[in-house]
Amino acid sequence: MTSSLRLRAGLVSIVLLAAFLGIWHLATRSTAPVTTMSPEYAKLMGLTATQGKSAMPGPLDVGAKLWEHLKRPFYDNGPNDKGLGIQLAYSIARVGTGYLLAVLVAIPLGFLIGMSPLLSKALDPFIQVLKPISPLAWMPLALYTIKDSSVSAIFVIFICSIWPMLLNTVFGVATVRKEWINVARTLEVGTVRRAFTVILPAAAPTILTGMRISIGIAWLVIVAAEMLVGGTGIGYFVWNEWNNLSITNVIIAILLIGIVGMLLDQILARFTRMVTFPE
Amino acid sequence: MSTFDNPFDPDRNLRAGCVCGQHRSAAEHEQATALHCEPVASEEKRYEGVVASAVMRAMFPQDVARRAFLKSVGASTALAVLSQFFPLKTATEVFAQAGAPEKKDLKVGFIPITCATPIIMAAPMGFYAKHGLNVEVVKTAGWAVIRDKTINKEYDAAHMLAPMPIAISLGLGANAIPFAVPAIENINGQGIVLATKHKDKRDPKDWKGLKFAIPFDYSMHNYLLRYYLAEHGLDPDTDVQLRSVPPPEMVANLRADNIDGFLAPDNICQRAIYDGVGFMHLLSKEIWDGHPCCSFAASKEFITSAPNSFAALTRAIVDATAYASKAENRKQIAEAIAPANYINAPVTVLEQVLTGTYADGLGGVKTDPKRVDFDPFPWQSFAVWMLTQMKRWGQIKGDVDYKAVAEQVYLATDTKKLMTEMGLTPPASAYKSFAVMGKNFDPAKPEDYIASFKIRKAS
Repeated sequence: MTSSLRLRAGLVSIVLLAAFLGIWHLATRSTAPVTTMSPEYAKLMGLTATQGKSAMPGPLDVGAKLWEHLKRPFYDNGPNDKGLGIQLAYSIARVGTGYLLAVLVAIPLGFLIGMSPLLSKALDPFIQVLKPISPLAWMPLALYTIKDSSVSAIFVIFICSIWPMLLNTVFGVATVRKEWINVARTLEVGTVRRAFTVILPAAAPTILTGMRISIGIAWLVIVAAEMLVGGTGIGYFVWNEWNNLSITNVIIAILLIGIVGMLLDQILARFTRMVTFPE
Repeated sequence: MSTFDNPFDPDRNLRAGCVCGQHRSAAEHEQATALHCEPVASEEKRYEGVVASAVMRAMFPQDVARRAFLKSVGASTALAVLSQFFPLKTATEVFAQAGAPEKKDLKVGFIPITCATPIIMAAPMGFYAKHGLNVEVVKTAGWAVIRDKTINKEYDAAHMLAPMPIAISLGLGANAIPFAVPAIENINGQGIVLATKHKDKRDPKDWKGLKFAIPFDYSMHNYLLRYYLAEHGLDPDTDVQLRSVPPPEMVANLRADNIDGFLAPDNICQRAIYDGVGFMHLLSKEIWDGHPCCSFAASKEFITSAPNSFAALTRAIVDATAYASKAENRKQIAEAIAPANYINAPVTVLEQVLTGTYADGLGGVKTDPKRVDFDPFPWQSFAVWMLTQMKRWGQIKGDVDYKAVAEQVYLATDTKKLMTEMGLTPPASAYKSFAVMGKNFDPAKPEDYIASFKIRKAS
């Protein structure tokens, strides 16, 4: 039964994709009337002007361009033009650094706050205010104070991905079932041992959920941050191609950003499954 | 005059502006006298020309006197006489070679527009390498970012809009940090582009309520557009909407109908035409022929801490600018700077901008070889004019010491220093008067100039 469900779902997915590509293809066909212009003038103009080509590329254009990128993902034509593989590697490295720093700060801190009801109440308003701030709002402040654009980008990832982890850790630690803690107390388990053997495993699923939300946010932030600081990364690639008004390349970048984001999310999802326990 | 013209031509006007009085504007005078510089054979010859030009300017501040001198003795005698007083050969040699750079690996930021042509082309065409430098040219997302990265010393020097170093030095929109401009990048090369639907609205008087984009508040684009609108009786602060929009977004916004037009740097103007969304209403050249646009800027700190690197960098830029100023090289340059590593634009678009044979967006092909031109000399009167406009539109309040600021930011360090190194007395004045839309600007009387405008922000 489940296998046939999976099969049917897969079929529906493929049909949806085909329908989407078909509509896309039809919608971006040249429709505008071809205006007559002197050949000398036409030579100086782009295809959108001369052949009434849609400003939006069709799926075939995107596919051809994507193949071109996939054939040589690691070329390096100087500081402003590198292959997509290199750009993605830069972005993932930045996200990884900022995210790991956030993990190192958020989980211990969240643990401490979560164990003290007083602190968790007192700090809550600050966290709530800082949480919804957009990465682009942090950027000028970071650039101005840190005075280094690559560190600024990492800082912005750090500051944006820390909140969901912190909140989830606090919540997870604070809501460990009282019975379990009481049992541990009765057995005269020490505070440190109690934290690691009782609270941590009990709160782990919630913490991992926080980490999963955070990695998604970090990946969202990197594109915006790199568009601003430039130089390297997939965000810079989007900006550079936008500069050239090359929508084809922008679409390819969007696709890749989506795929990498999904992979990161899946990795964290697997970790979450590993620590989940039946109650 | 261009720094690369022949200084021994008696008819040559070393200061721009028509001095003979027979023509209404400097441009007309230039056309009438039909002067041009011969393409100089070798680099040494060109340096000789630059140095000789400076010497002539220093010796004869009055064009009339110099002309009389040249006419009475002839150019070759003049050169001989001059060489007696001043060893031109030695000076040329000193100019061409100097101390080893303190720092060889430099980073220079640029914005991907054709204004940055000399800065960009100097990398693929080897001008930096020729002057002993290993320069990485880094594409940057916007003017505010290039400002911050240069202030943060991530870049040693950068491509900036001509008014930006002045604004940074004055602390407008940033902390006050002394910056200097050793060379102007390009002159002319901008344009007013309107959306195709406005093709019958060519009279600016009908533009009330339109929305225009400019690249940055502290830009020649802002000042020129405001000037142009005000001359046609529109108050740019109340009658139209001006928005600061990064250049690549301009074409997208024009297509989406969010703006009605823009005064933008090229290749953006030509790109809008290429994509069929707008037409060229006016080249910025028709507002002020020979106006500066972008500059090559560095912080005073870099200049003092690495003077030789800075001098070598300036030399490379001046060298590249000279190469770019020749029409026959423009096609080759367009191909060199078009790849994704540099400007990242179709070659056709860049070629149209640089060669001046372009589609106007209305079905016609126009030719104007001076659509964009390159001349590095940082006239201080340019800076004074920009300051008058900053004051006119309320960006600066209170009194301004025009001369002091202009001298501090423009030419103050490099050009003077290079000349002193060569045993030269720098020109007593780096001021020239010029006309913007037919109205003369006298750099000696900036306050009167501001007062002469009816439309300006009340201060």
